[in-house]
Amino acid sequence: MAQKVFAGVTVDINEEGYFTNPAQWNKEMAVEIAKEEGILLTEKHLAVLDFLRERFAKGEALTIRSVGNSGIIDIKGFYGLFPGAPMKKAAKVAGIPKPASCV
Amino acid sequence: MKRLLILGAGTGGTIMANKMRKQLSHDEWDITIVDQHKTHYYQPGFLFIPFGMYSRQDVVKPKNSFLPMGVNLIFQEIDRVEAANNHVVLKDGISLKYDFLIIATGTRVVPEETPGMKGPLWHRSIFDFYTIEGAMALAGFFKTWQGGELVLNIADVPIKCPVAPLEFVMFADAFFVERGLRNKVNISYTTPMSGAFTKPRASKMLGSLLEEKNIKIIPDFYLERIDNDKKTLVSYDEREIPFDCLVTVPVHKGDPMIGRSGLGDEMDFARAHKHTLQSDFFPNIFVIGDAGNFPTSKAGSVVHFQADVLTANLICAIESRPFTESFDGHSNCYIETGFGKGALIDFNYDTEPLPGSFPFPGIGPFGLLKETRTNHYGKLLFRWIYWHILLKGKEMPIDSKMTMAGKRM
Repeated sequence: MAQKVFAGVTVDINEEGYFTNPAQWNKEMAVEIAKEEGILLTEKHLAVLDFLRERFAKGEALTIRSVGNSGIIDIKGFYGLFPGAPMKKAAKVAGIPKPASCV
Repeated sequence: MKRLLILGAGTGGTIMANKMRKQLSHDEWDITIVDQHKTHYYQPGFLFIPFGMYSRQDVVKPKNSFLPMGVNLIFQEIDRVEAANNHVVLKDGISLKYDFLIIATGTRVVPEETPGMKGPLWHRSIFDFYTIEGAMALAGFFKTWQGGELVLNIADVPIKCPVAPLEFVMFADAFFVERGLRNKVNISYTTPMSGAFTKPRASKMLGSLLEEKNIKIIPDFYLERIDNDKKTLVSYDEREIPFDCLVTVPVHKGDPMIGRSGLGDEMDFARAHKHTLQSDFFPNIFVIGDAGNFPTSKAGSVVHFQADVLTANLICAIESRPFTESFDGHSNCYIETGFGKGALIDFNYDTEPLPGSFPFPGIGPFGLLKETRTNHYGKLLFRWIYWHILLKGKEMPIDSKMTMAGKRM
């Protein structure tokens, strides 16, 4: 398992850069991870990250459509916040494992 | 008299009615099953229809012929579950009380979720093959089609039988080769996932198979809408793919009744525990199969394996004992690869599909994660097994828990 320092704290990540222990995550780290992805975090980003972390904690599937139905932002807006591959990028910044886009 | 009520008389509901009728005393338990449709479809057979390999009569039988004596069958639409009061209200206003409830209402395709899908081109240049109507319409279209861009699109996941779209494009390859039209048909496979399948080793194996067959994979394509004038698929990040024939796997949702009853997630899949199959909301409600939000394949094999677990756990719940069984996410899928061959995958929540032999280690007769002729015959034979053994809840020589025996890491 690899490790990396974000916001002065060493955290465990996998070979693709996703957190393996979501409990190690905090918002200061999110700002730095986002920067690596070329994203400047806003309140809107953080609201999405909270939503994803909550869903993940409950063991629910993470899908782009679920974000679109969350009331926080629509799917187009989600693409705007995390361009290219929004769910993968957002999961990385949120400090949770890469969504398996279940079967 | 106590009451077990089952919503949905498809694969899961029918198996559970058969299993529970054997378990529960006729003197103490009434079992009732409700469904709005009278016809049972052999859904794995829909894939074969567009290519003229099966006809309508190969995939339909009346639902009532698969239910045992002593099970009441009601054909009526379900309006809602009033779980706090332990009863279900039907569309005609009739209310059914229950002590225990099984939700087995499956999933459905919702083309209306995607703007432009059910527009002027629907069933003219845009087809689904997850309904009998779509599969029949496509069969008619293929009879005279002279070629062009054939695009398969998965609008979103989860979908029923996640390997069916792969099988579809491989069948299409073989179909057009045999008709001498393959050089006039470009086949592409567009998916919101990062590859041909979700699990890494199977994705690699299936990805190279598509490549060999000259089928182009377009990954990470998340469909926003269909432009009927330009005949293109448009993704949320504004990529466009032109088509002459679009075969779509529309967005899937659970039964709207689940949403109305407050028992589901935002896609109307019933929320339930992935190991015990008990509803997240009420201890006397259980969920089986496609209707649930379980993170495994929406497939008949999953339903069959879940049925063993559910039977045991339901008895535990009835007798107020702790659950004895846990569902491991076991899924087992035959994958038709065209030209009389097939592959087979076997996996669960934690173990991805691996190579090996199945069900008997070292012997087979089926090969895992590889193309063989025997696998193809397994799939064809399965239709008989489905009607005669599986739906009736009879024993099969495959354990409901996945085993590592016969698999290679």
